[in-house]
Amino acid sequence: MSRDPSRDVAIVAFAQSDSLRRTDDLSEVEMLMPVLHDVLRQTGLKTSDIGFTCSGSSDYLAGRAFSFTMALDGVGAWPPISESHVEMDGAWALYEAWVKILTGETDTALVYSYGKSSPGSVRDVLTRQLDPYYLAPLWPDSVALAALQAQALIDAGETDEPALAGIAARSRDAAVGNPHAQLRGARPQGDHVVAPLRQGDCPPIGDGAAAVILAAGDRARELCERPAWIRGMDHRIEAHSLGVRDLTDSPSTRLAARRAGAFDGAPFDTAELHAPFTSQEVVLRKALKLDETVRVNPSGGALAANPVMAAGLIRLGEAAAGIHRGESDRALAHATSGPCLQQNLVAVLEGEPHVR
Amino acid sequence: MSGKEPVAVVGVGQTKHVAARRDVSIAGLVREAAQRALDDAELTWADIDAVVIGKAPDFFEGVMMPELYLADALGAVGKPMLRVHTAGSVGGSTALVAANLIAARVHGTVLTLAFEKQSESNAMWGLSLPVPFQQPLLAGAGGFFAPHVRAYMRRTGAPDTVGSLVAYKDRRNALKNPYAHLHEHDITLEKVQASPMLWDPIRYSETCPSSDGACAMILTDRAGAARAPRPPAWVHGGAMRSEPTLFAGKDFVSPQAGKDCAADVYHQAGITDPRREIDAVEMYVPFSWYEPMWLENLGFAEEGEGWKLTESGVTEIDGDLPVNPSGGVLSTNPIGASGMIRFAEAALQVRGQAGEHQVPDARRALGHAYGGGAQFFAMWLVGSEPPAS
Repeated sequence: MSRDPSRDVAIVAFAQSDSLRRTDDLSEVEMLMPVLHDVLRQTGLKTSDIGFTCSGSSDYLAGRAFSFTMALDGVGAWPPISESHVEMDGAWALYEAWVKILTGETDTALVYSYGKSSPGSVRDVLTRQLDPYYLAPLWPDSVALAALQAQALIDAGETDEPALAGIAARSRDAAVGNPHAQLRGARPQGDHVVAPLRQGDCPPIGDGAAAVILAAGDRARELCERPAWIRGMDHRIEAHSLGVRDLTDSPSTRLAARRAGAFDGAPFDTAELHAPFTSQEVVLRKALKLDETVRVNPSGGALAANPVMAAGLIRLGEAAAGIHRGESDRALAHATSGPCLQQNLVAVLEGEPHVR
Repeated sequence: MSGKEPVAVVGVGQTKHVAARRDVSIAGLVREAAQRALDDAELTWADIDAVVIGKAPDFFEGVMMPELYLADALGAVGKPMLRVHTAGSVGGSTALVAANLIAARVHGTVLTLAFEKQSESNAMWGLSLPVPFQQPLLAGAGGFFAPHVRAYMRRTGAPDTVGSLVAYKDRRNALKNPYAHLHEHDITLEKVQASPMLWDPIRYSETCPSSDGACAMILTDRAGAARAPRPPAWVHGGAMRSEPTLFAGKDFVSPQAGKDCAADVYHQAGITDPRREIDAVEMYVPFSWYEPMWLENLGFAEEGEGWKLTESGVTEIDGDLPVNPSGGVLSTNPIGASGMIRFAEAALQVRGQAGEHQVPDARRALGHAYGGGAQFFAMWLVGSEPPAS
């Protein structure tokens, strides 16, 4: 029952770093600090005013155990804070924080996440997510797995290479208006990386960080002129093995969307989809029943900037920021994790005052 | 509806913790604990609304974000699955995240599980990766914590015999716990005291083992508890607190985050005198001297007095304040699961389900976990009766 939550909770501030191909001169903490300062500045809150803090990151990207401990030092957890961490994209940290606020134990939460893909080969690193006994030893990389999904879609007649190229072009055109995006404007679709996926069908490899502040009820109205109310949020996981999944569909996205209330109420004007590959947008649009009236990824989406572990949180933040600016009234935000959209989170955000 | 939904523990399952479970995969290990928790609750996989899983660093097994691979084994397909990681405190934090899903009325019944299969890799290596511009941990956790134990001894004047008393007690308690890793039937105080010095003042027999193991709990709401076949444990308070790893004002002997976390839990549970009102404590003691240190940090003893409780036998299983009747982390340490084992053992005590290591008439018990550089704390207080409000 992730619908009709017992408290009104909103995203009241969002900040993100530029997404950059390399950040050799910055540690994760140095990359994160300006983002934390920015999101706190937007609300006038200090770390000590925040009721709960939750973050998302991955030790495997950082190349060391307990990598999140250093980021916590950057937060300035003194006096001690109520704090937690998920080894997932920051979108799930936001979910944990949302639940914490729903318990009534706190009215505000700071959520952040970050990831640097540049120090290693992210395609290789992500193979370590796979079944360690049967699949990971074969080192099938993330692009190859996405290509399997893309080919399945083409074989099923759901899309073709020119349509995928259209998604890439639209996303990168949209990113022209996003100063934080890594790739902006018209770009050649390029050669096949793993057929049928070309360079343009794949996300850029980059580093970045993001943060949001959540607040409940009147606290949200104090902190933000037009809060982005979370009307519902849910996430679902599917089987790991690609052999037992229909790669042309995303039942977990559909179920999460239903539980979040995405299929009830007014139509969406905007959707921020975490689709690192063009072909995945095809799957998500179908699962979410999004038609051409919905602006999909006006930020440029993950095809313009895909800092692993932050890209999902950025979708929630971009959707909320559109509401903050008055450009959107009802937005859908989506985040994914795992190979070929294995795990998916859907949130419904609205701008109007909540009438109960 | 207003206020939080009460949260009850209706199922607990553990694996027999051992140095290496070569007979099962990671999936097989977690499935075993989860199935035992379901059996205890007399529920099936279909009764579970969501899964919350925790473990310590992914480098300990060499699998990045293993929840993705474990979704099938834990019956999570089609359900929400969250993966928590808060260093050594993660087992406790994971249970608290799961409890919040129920308290917030997002879900009715949640499976929470924590594991570590240390034999898949090498934890000492996982803890010792060199990082530029940071103080290396060098020899795993013992090298980091030994100076803080020494500081405690200097500060309190505790005699150097106290640490071995804790180890001797916990290893004897472990003999009563069929799931404990170390079953040292020939343990004597003299053997503990004669064991090699590893990180002065910490001796070999005063350190935790490296274990493979998993622990699972079924948490549910008031309606779920009413259907439970065995007495539930009720959550009366739960909290997490964190502070930075290293800074000039940090008190490594008694971190402020630990004090604040305990104070929050006691406040929620209406506890004003923990020494009198709490009947059993499952405390995260990876090195024996942390028992007297945490007795002070958690408010069971005045500052400088914790070692006296230990020395006088108060923390023995038949003492006035039994600490780690299960044998504790000193006898069983699948790192990421160790915190959840503390929480689960506290629940077993107030359910009257702790078997041979049951503390008679335990009505309120504290589960405690810590991690990182003594910077992450997670605790809950469970009772045999539902919370008042």
